[in-house]
Amino acid sequence: MKRSFPWHIVVFLAPAFLIYLVFSAWPLIDTLRLGFFTTNDNGSQTWAGLANYHSLLFDPLWSEGFWNAMKNNCKFFLVHMCVQNPLGLLLAALLSMRGVKFAKGYQTAIFLPTLLSVVIIGFIWQLILSPLWGVSEHILSLVHLDSLFQPFLGQEETALFTLSAMSVWQFVGIPMMLIYAALIAIPDEIIEAAYVEGASAWRIFWTIRVPLILPTLGLTTILTFVGNFNAFDLIYSVKGALAGPNFSTDILGTYFYRAFFGYQSQIGSPTMGAAVATLMFLVILLGVGVYFYFIQRKLQRFSF
Amino acid sequence: MSQHKASRFLGAGLTQVVLAGYTILALFPIALIIINSFKSRGAIFDNPLALPTSETFSLIGFQKVLHESHFTLYFGNSLIVTITSLVLILLFGAMAAWALSEYKFKGSRILALFFAFGIMVPIRLGTVSILKLMVSLSLVNTLTALILVYVAQGLPLAIMILSEFMQQIPKELKEAARCDGVGEFKIFFQVILPLIRPAVATVAVFTMVPIWNDLWFPLILAPGDSTQTVTLGVQQFIGQYVTNWNAVLASLTLAVLPVLVMYVFFSRQLIRGITAGAVK
Repeated sequence: MKRSFPWHIVVFLAPAFLIYLVFSAWPLIDTLRLGFFTTNDNGSQTWAGLANYHSLLFDPLWSEGFWNAMKNNCKFFLVHMCVQNPLGLLLAALLSMRGVKFAKGYQTAIFLPTLLSVVIIGFIWQLILSPLWGVSEHILSLVHLDSLFQPFLGQEETALFTLSAMSVWQFVGIPMMLIYAALIAIPDEIIEAAYVEGASAWRIFWTIRVPLILPTLGLTTILTFVGNFNAFDLIYSVKGALAGPNFSTDILGTYFYRAFFGYQSQIGSPTMGAAVATLMFLVILLGVGVYFYFIQRKLQRFSF
Repeated sequence: MSQHKASRFLGAGLTQVVLAGYTILALFPIALIIINSFKSRGAIFDNPLALPTSETFSLIGFQKVLHESHFTLYFGNSLIVTITSLVLILLFGAMAAWALSEYKFKGSRILALFFAFGIMVPIRLGTVSILKLMVSLSLVNTLTALILVYVAQGLPLAIMILSEFMQQIPKELKEAARCDGVGEFKIFFQVILPLIRPAVATVAVFTMVPIWNDLWFPLILAPGDSTQTVTLGVQQFIGQYVTNWNAVLASLTLAVLPVLVMYVFFSRQLIRGITAGAVK
């Protein structure tokens, strides 16, 4: 007996598959393809092989900006790794302790900025840090530190770190929540047993709880990585497409935008934009690959 | 013993200090904006940290934003885009998740992997071709373009979370329905969909936030005056009125409010969703 063709499976899958294929998967592949072409003066596109990549990586006209953006993006990521994730771990550890009053309220409040648009966050902090309004100067003077006040967003040396700090402020709720969830999932018996053995809370935290949540720490790392190397909105809304002062806050996302759309006297080029997107894709793929092949595989062997 | 008690008391106190301190840091900027948006121009500058009093209270910023900009139009656009995308993501996502988790067929694993790929690789990297595609479909500067892109962007995560959830639905339930001769579509819409409502709510909140807040695609696909979303509109409004502080603060407040309202509404669901999702 021959079964009839399972049309229902096709009907269930078709809408999601088609939309995802046409508006996500195909454009991505097509973008990778376009990176090998060049745009002529009349707007047509011709095969160029690796020429775009050669300019991006070696021709000073392009490569200076590209490597600068790459370097800044790495700094942006490092600040998140060194500040955001440890801070998230600290907050989650405190929240997950037994009998902490108002824990739910703190959790809710600290997670709130995550939900706001980066555009809003950028402007709020811009206003606060602006010497025009003087809020931060005023607050610093309350603790007699007003001599420390500087136009943090306007100086080449401090702008990128200030923007990274804003981003950390906004997104610390995500690692906090993920780590908190992992911490409260640890069975009570393990912790109880360690207490009975006489281990201190500090030791229990570092030798029992942290090793058990390593998979979650790995996950927050890769989420931070993908998010940071794909960032754009904050820099664009605070500093514009030119990522000033003097490109000191330029990251791959803003560089991609300028390569694609152009700025000032330089004309944008879709094929050059595609080449930048391809390099961003490779960076992200590399990060995800490292995560899956080394970290996650190893961690699962350790923890379960 | 008493020393032990004292150190515990100290520990609890220190915990409260750190958590409360960080909470103030998290809420302060938002509160500052909202407070000052209700003040007159002079009071904003004279004493930014003070609450509005009967003398300094003023709604002039809100009047300016609501009358002299297309704020309500942008707000409507954002609502249309977000809600339509959300409904389509949840419907198509649930259907696909059901197909992938329930039926075993050739290529189902590859298909699941194909969708999973989209979780890690941001759709933004395909922008060059998405714009090209939208131009050729003459969808540039339409809300449809945004909706299509957001649906494609939201589907992978929705499918992953929902299919994990569907696998936990007891087999007996489905078998019983099949024995009674109920068709596959009826099983999905009348038995399965009501069952996965909690998971749907979680996916909804997670999907909604990035769509509502996105700047990139509105900027590239629909920057026209009639199709701007709130995020893009606020960005440009602030650029134009940068010296009118009342209007700037009021527009920021108006842009924050819907998220605040939604958060109050969904915060329990949201936190439960994160904790449940991470624990599995």
